[in-house]
Amino acid sequence: MSDAALPALSRRARFRAEHAGTLRGARFFVWTFSRSPSALLGLALVLAFLLLAAIGPWIVPYPEDARGAVNLGRRLLPPSAAHWFGTDEMGNDILTRVVVGTRTSFWIGLTITGLAALVGVPLGVAAGYFGGRIRTAIMRVTDVFLAVPGLVLALAIVASLGPGILHGVLALTLVWWPGYVRLIEAKALTLRGESYVEAARTMGASHGWILARHILPNCVSPIVVKASMDMGMAILAAASLGFIGLGAKSPAPEWGAMISVGRGYMPDWWWYPAAPGLFIFLTVLGFNLFGDGLRDTLDPRSNRG
Amino acid sequence: MLRFLARRIGYLALMLGGLVLVTFVISNVTPADPAALAAGPDATPAMVATMRQEYGLDRPLPEQFARYVGDLLQGRLGRSIQTGNAVTEDLLRYVPASLQLVLLAMGFACAVGIPLGVLSAVRRHSLFDHAVRVLAVSGVALPAFWIALLLQLVLAVWAGWLPTGGQLSIAADPPPVLTGMVLLDSLLAGQWGTAGDAAAHAVLPAFVLSLPCLASVLRVNRAEMIEVLGSDHVTAARAHGVAPRRVVGLLALKNAMLPTLAIIGLRFGWMLGSTVLVETVFDWPGLGLYAVNAAIAADFKPVMGVTLTIGLLFMLANLLVDLAYGWLDPRTRGA
Repeated sequence: MSDAALPALSRRARFRAEHAGTLRGARFFVWTFSRSPSALLGLALVLAFLLLAAIGPWIVPYPEDARGAVNLGRRLLPPSAAHWFGTDEMGNDILTRVVVGTRTSFWIGLTITGLAALVGVPLGVAAGYFGGRIRTAIMRVTDVFLAVPGLVLALAIVASLGPGILHGVLALTLVWWPGYVRLIEAKALTLRGESYVEAARTMGASHGWILARHILPNCVSPIVVKASMDMGMAILAAASLGFIGLGAKSPAPEWGAMISVGRGYMPDWWWYPAAPGLFIFLTVLGFNLFGDGLRDTLDPRSNRG
Repeated sequence: MLRFLARRIGYLALMLGGLVLVTFVISNVTPADPAALAAGPDATPAMVATMRQEYGLDRPLPEQFARYVGDLLQGRLGRSIQTGNAVTEDLLRYVPASLQLVLLAMGFACAVGIPLGVLSAVRRHSLFDHAVRVLAVSGVALPAFWIALLLQLVLAVWAGWLPTGGQLSIAADPPPVLTGMVLLDSLLAGQWGTAGDAAAHAVLPAFVLSLPCLASVLRVNRAEMIEVLGSDHVTAARAHGVAPRRVVGLLALKNAMLPTLAIIGLRFGWMLGSTVLVETVFDWPGLGLYAVNAAIAADFKPVMGVTLTIGLLFMLANLLVDLAYGWLDPRTRGA
């Protein structure tokens, strides 16, 4: 299309013409994604989770219970119309505390995933793209961290730092970054051999330019897929630490800690741990299905495990 | 093959050295003073100072590290404040218990996951396939500690079909210790009653532990089967009139087993890590419960001991998988 023809078009039409390729890609993405029922279910669960995290504190029936009020008159009540999931040992509404806990989990997931990607991606790019000794050094350290199950290493770190939600998040971040190094290193290694990267290099492009224009943009899809799955898995891991008694502490409204306290009231008050566990399950399921759907559309060739 | 083996073992030693360094760093960043902890709550500053000197905590860090490595090489992992035993002694008792649980879980995951994966690949896009996929995703997303609590409530407390926790009933006659795995030991000793009791105790924890592994095995097996079933040699075999059962069972499954094997090795480590949660719920006297109790009591030596042990077991499992891989598929030996 020549420049002379453009002014005749409306602004909207011009935008469409200029970005035809991107728009076509986006339409294709939406089409593939929406063809998968499980991906849509994942999307719905993730959106519901985000919505609760955003407006939860304003829509819960007993806002003062979120911070841990004391209502001994209505402690350990079974589920009813007034208290859908019953009440806990302090007489707090469990539904309220679980919904408010959504925000805690959201921050935990976002912090762990974000920091892990922030540390892991540059290291992975450096290892994969530059190769040689840099790669050996980075990958050896990564392998050591991957040689112990993350939960065990996190437990050891929290044990040393002392229990608490911040220490839990820090410990999980410290065990989470190697996954990104592994992923991005493999991706950068293949990209480095692509002919367009070779071509850019022969034309005298700097490393910075090649990384910014060729390597990183091609790493975005796998990062997004992994990050969306990791949101769920990080929330699950943090809840696990809370359950053991090394993460968040009651009365903080955190799902794992709630189950940990509720366990003490089993089997007579069995509904206590039911609701927080259900919320963990639905959240992790949502992020997993959503991530699966993203992978099928963004990165169809890597559909493994 | 021998060179391959030597290289793998050398690599394992390197990784283990790295892990030792990591645990040393973790033990030294602690804000709590280990000497004060060891001396007890009523200790005078002078006693703490003596303790510090005795433990060598006043020496420079590189020297402390050298001592730490030296102790490890002699199998000394320190003493647990909680149990009062040497950590090595405790570990020898708890490792078999956890290993029994993990091996049972792994066996169950393979026995169920592989056939389900094959069937859903053969009947791709059927209702069965969709149901199995839902099961697979749920298996990863279910919080192990929560589903453990629910199953314990329903099957053990309410229905009374299974014991709520522990490894053996108090009334059961414990078998002589051979392997340390109660189920295996009682079978070897021919104590069928005890074996039945041990098996009943292991059902729930092993099942909960196996769920994520089962899900992974199923998914990988299904994906591989679909790929292999679409490949040329399978089409050729079909064209030659080989029976469908043989095509699926012999040609396809054999080829699909390699990636399945890899995921089993990976999941082995994950399951060792999950014992921390499952053993806590079922009060199973293994590595996980030991580590959790020690971590809550700020008893660091056992925690580091468990971390090193689980790391070592995981590395050994990966070594086995690598060797099996190299044996089954010679092309991977160079990697």
